[in-house]
Amino acid sequence: MADNKALLSVEELKVYFRSEDEVARAVDGVSFDVGREETVCLVGESGCGKTVTALSVMGLVPIPPGEIAGGKILFRAKNLLDFNDSDMQKVRGNQIAMIFQEPLTSLNPVFTIGDQIGEAIQIHQTATQSEVVERSQQLLKDVGIADPAQRLRDYPHQLSGGQRQRVMIAMALACDPDLVIADEPTTALDVTVQAQILRLLDTIQKMRSMSVLYITHDLGVVSKIADRICVMYAGIIAEQGNKDAVLKTPKHPYTQALLASLPNREKRGQRLYSIPGTVPNPAYKPDGCPFHPRCQHTIQNCSEQYPGMCDYGDGHHARCPVLFEGGKGNWCD
Amino acid sequence: MNEMGSRNATILQVDNLKKYFPIRRGFFQKITGWVRAVENVSFKIKRGKTLGLVGESGCGKTTVARLILKLLDADEGQILFDAQDITQLDEKEMKPLRKEMQIIFQDPYGSLNPRMTVGQSIAEGLKISGIHNRSKQNQRLEKLLKMVGMSPASSDRFPHEFSGGQRQRIGIARALSVEPALIICDEPVSALDVSIQAQIINLLKDLQSQLELSYLFISHDLNVVGYLCDKVAVMYKGHIMEYAPADALFDHPFHPYTHLLLSAIPDTEHKIDAELNATADEVSNTLNPPSGCSFQERCPLNEERCKHNPIEFEKMGPDHLVRCWKVARNGSY
Amino acid sequence: MQNTETDAQDIQLDAPLAPKRTRLEEFWRLFRKNKLAIAGMVFFILFFFLAIAGFGLTRGDNPLLDPAMVRLQDKLRPPLAKPNLERLQANEIPRLGVYIFGTDDLGRDVFARMLQGSWVSLTVGFVAVGIAVLIGIFLGGIAGYYGNRHIRVGQLLAAAFFIVGALLLVGKLIWSGSALLIGGAGCIFISILMKKAAKAKTKSAGTRFWYFNTISIDTVVMRFVDIMLCFPSFFLILTVVALLPASIYNIMIVIGLTSWMGTTRFVRAEFLSLREQDFVAAARALGLSNFRIIFRHMVPNAVAPVLVSATIGIATAILTEAGLSFLGFGVPPPHATWGNILSDGQRFIFDAPWLTFVPGIAILIVVLSFNLFGEGLRDVLNPKLRERN
Repeated sequence: MADNKALLSVEELKVYFRSEDEVARAVDGVSFDVGREETVCLVGESGCGKTVTALSVMGLVPIPPGEIAGGKILFRAKNLLDFNDSDMQKVRGNQIAMIFQEPLTSLNPVFTIGDQIGEAIQIHQTATQSEVVERSQQLLKDVGIADPAQRLRDYPHQLSGGQRQRVMIAMALACDPDLVIADEPTTALDVTVQAQILRLLDTIQKMRSMSVLYITHDLGVVSKIADRICVMYAGIIAEQGNKDAVLKTPKHPYTQALLASLPNREKRGQRLYSIPGTVPNPAYKPDGCPFHPRCQHTIQNCSEQYPGMCDYGDGHHARCPVLFEGGKGNWCD
Repeated sequence: MNEMGSRNATILQVDNLKKYFPIRRGFFQKITGWVRAVENVSFKIKRGKTLGLVGESGCGKTTVARLILKLLDADEGQILFDAQDITQLDEKEMKPLRKEMQIIFQDPYGSLNPRMTVGQSIAEGLKISGIHNRSKQNQRLEKLLKMVGMSPASSDRFPHEFSGGQRQRIGIARALSVEPALIICDEPVSALDVSIQAQIINLLKDLQSQLELSYLFISHDLNVVGYLCDKVAVMYKGHIMEYAPADALFDHPFHPYTHLLLSAIPDTEHKIDAELNATADEVSNTLNPPSGCSFQERCPLNEERCKHNPIEFEKMGPDHLVRCWKVARNGSY
Repeated sequence: MQNTETDAQDIQLDAPLAPKRTRLEEFWRLFRKNKLAIAGMVFFILFFFLAIAGFGLTRGDNPLLDPAMVRLQDKLRPPLAKPNLERLQANEIPRLGVYIFGTDDLGRDVFARMLQGSWVSLTVGFVAVGIAVLIGIFLGGIAGYYGNRHIRVGQLLAAAFFIVGALLLVGKLIWSGSALLIGGAGCIFISILMKKAAKAKTKSAGTRFWYFNTISIDTVVMRFVDIMLCFPSFFLILTVVALLPASIYNIMIVIGLTSWMGTTRFVRAEFLSLREQDFVAAARALGLSNFRIIFRHMVPNAVAPVLVSATIGIATAILTEAGLSFLGFGVPPPHATWGNILSDGQRFIFDAPWLTFVPGIAILIVVLSFNLFGEGLRDVLNPKLRERN
């Protein structure tokens, strides 16, 4: 996980959205790496900036109202933010592919599955018609769809939700990308289907040795697939580190509170810990640490100074100086 | 079913409930088939207790909720509310009973009238329960808002000014305005942010112990159900497959479908049952169900006998019913 | 213990999402961006006050501006011409001292006639659209809310008896008409008698026949809409106006009765989607009456698109009235309307072009401003279109 080996490395990324009388700082200084063949999870609640982060990697943030206010996105050591539209087009789909949350609306209802996968193949590669069909069938087989020859002739509405998501994955894989960004790909699916899709992603990632940036709000899903986790809150990364480190020994009060507030059978009869208040509106974030109004460990400093990243070793960082070695962590101003 | 002594302790008893929806096609709107949304559903809710109704999307759990509230009319079967059968009542006879049963919805955005202030929405219920006096209404309104953890000042604001969790609280206050005995919670936390879920779950628990409420808790999230419910009914394609006290269900699940659901919880504590999952592809619809067991297409234990005979409940322990002849014979899954 | 904990969280739990902004402020913030719509609204308001002023200034025995005063000495004077003071009688001299829009072939002051006409246009527009919107909300609401209920054989028979009976009575066939009306009443009586039998689990063949569902209410209403839309509405209006005595009230009613179909479709579509909303289910679960659910919960949420189509409908109604008056089927002559000023003026289009241009441009401006205002409203009220600007 050394920096020079990272496939994607996001450095101090800032994305703001301007409307006439307010600025929403959706992403406010986010840095993380995705190494080769690694699955990194961006976890967070709605409005924490996880989807905007992913969209800026794809170069899909609508500008205006959006605006990249700073930072770098290094993919294979090249800054994607310097690319123009046609350069970005070559990267998109070819080297970085994306899977969306809603499988029904991400597929065009008037074309067959075969047309759509074929299109994905032909945009970036030259292939004859029969090669395209052959590759499409292989892709569908890879994502575990039975009878691929028949399915290629089907329209999206003839497939179930899980099958559509498999088709979306097949389309993302069409050009052998190095990095797949999956934006809540299982949120709209049933639990049993979700388990299947997660296992599918896992096998495909191993088979094709690609990297995955997985975006989700579900800590259960994270525990199943992640190598490393970045916990986001209100546009910043609150904590990042290896899966076990973050989930078993969380160092940021937000992560700790989230884990404590998850209901399950073992906690029956006890009162759940609940984080008071609501997620802040990105346009009206509190000063200092954005989590301090809801935090149990708030001290005077939290509302005045911006907390610095504290290093717990082995790539485990948390942005909370209060809990670091008895409050000896550093603060930014 | 013949427990005369404990009869008053049962707030709701559903017996052999059935609801089919016609599918109409063509110019004359001829009925070409039936969607068997709810078939032979029976359960009981004791006063002050919580029954969890678990299943995937489309299994008929929301239809059951609407049948109980008489927003839909049942085709067959009985719904005994406080020992009174409500299926035969007309709108006028139903009116006093409506106050006894209320519902909380999944989508906090669609469940409040956007053109009414919070106070007006809740006052609708107060008028129904005969509080017309303005100052008494305000008094009660204040108390209800306090009860759900909102300040009385929110009453003259509109729903769009609140976050999802806050709206869910307002929805709960509206349900409480008529002082119901039973509240049907239709996935009340699944659309909420993780940090807000615990707040609402705690609120529901507090209200239950303060007001002696009974809940029918509909959910697809087994973690929440395991935390909150006393008894659980697992539903699949309109049938209840397993019906047991929560502890028994989680510790000794019998039905293959229950096993599938439990193994699909994305959580480190449950291992994936690979063999079970491999056979368990999702199945299209409830349109033309096979005769015999409705789970047979996904079931690893599927045998010839499953295809023909209608499958009856087998008693596996005190209060533990399972709709599977094979696990009943083997004594375990 | 638990109570104190929830109480302690009170203050933080309803920290507002954003500074409080009322609906009106939000509406104005979005509306302000659309310059054309603002222009439309300004003209809308201007026209409104002008018409009211015109109504006050041109009525009565001795009005300030007399639209009917004939001054043959001063005929066909161009706009801004001074009256010929020598040849006019003292009571014929216009109070303003100038013919702002000139005079027509009878020497009548066009400005006064335009003012009188603007009141006609305003009332025709608003009353006709008011009628159309009321019918539209009523029928659309019924089709949307009760749409999937069916008309039973018994009800169909009763309705048929009553309608045919009433027609016969109108056609002076007293005896057979009355007999049919009594038959209709008999049908209702049978239905009342059968109420108990219909509730029982096993029903007799007769009961089942009487309660057999025929067509759905939705079908009845919406096919009626389709039929009404089949007629070219202008000719429908012409036919009806030709049969009725010409008066401004008949025109309003006829335009209203022939332009409700769009609103019906809007309201029905809105109701169909609102019916599935959770807050309507919640209202039903609370035990509110259907009347209250429709008028307190659903109609307020369905009026936004109706408001838009009503604004544009007013423009159409004004145009229709002008067209009718132009053809001579509208408001009877001594009373001025923009349509008949235009119609009178066309004979002198080369000699006195202002007689056609003044009403023509007035109609253009008013219709255009209503349309622009209506579209501005739609952009603001429909969140899906909002993002395009």
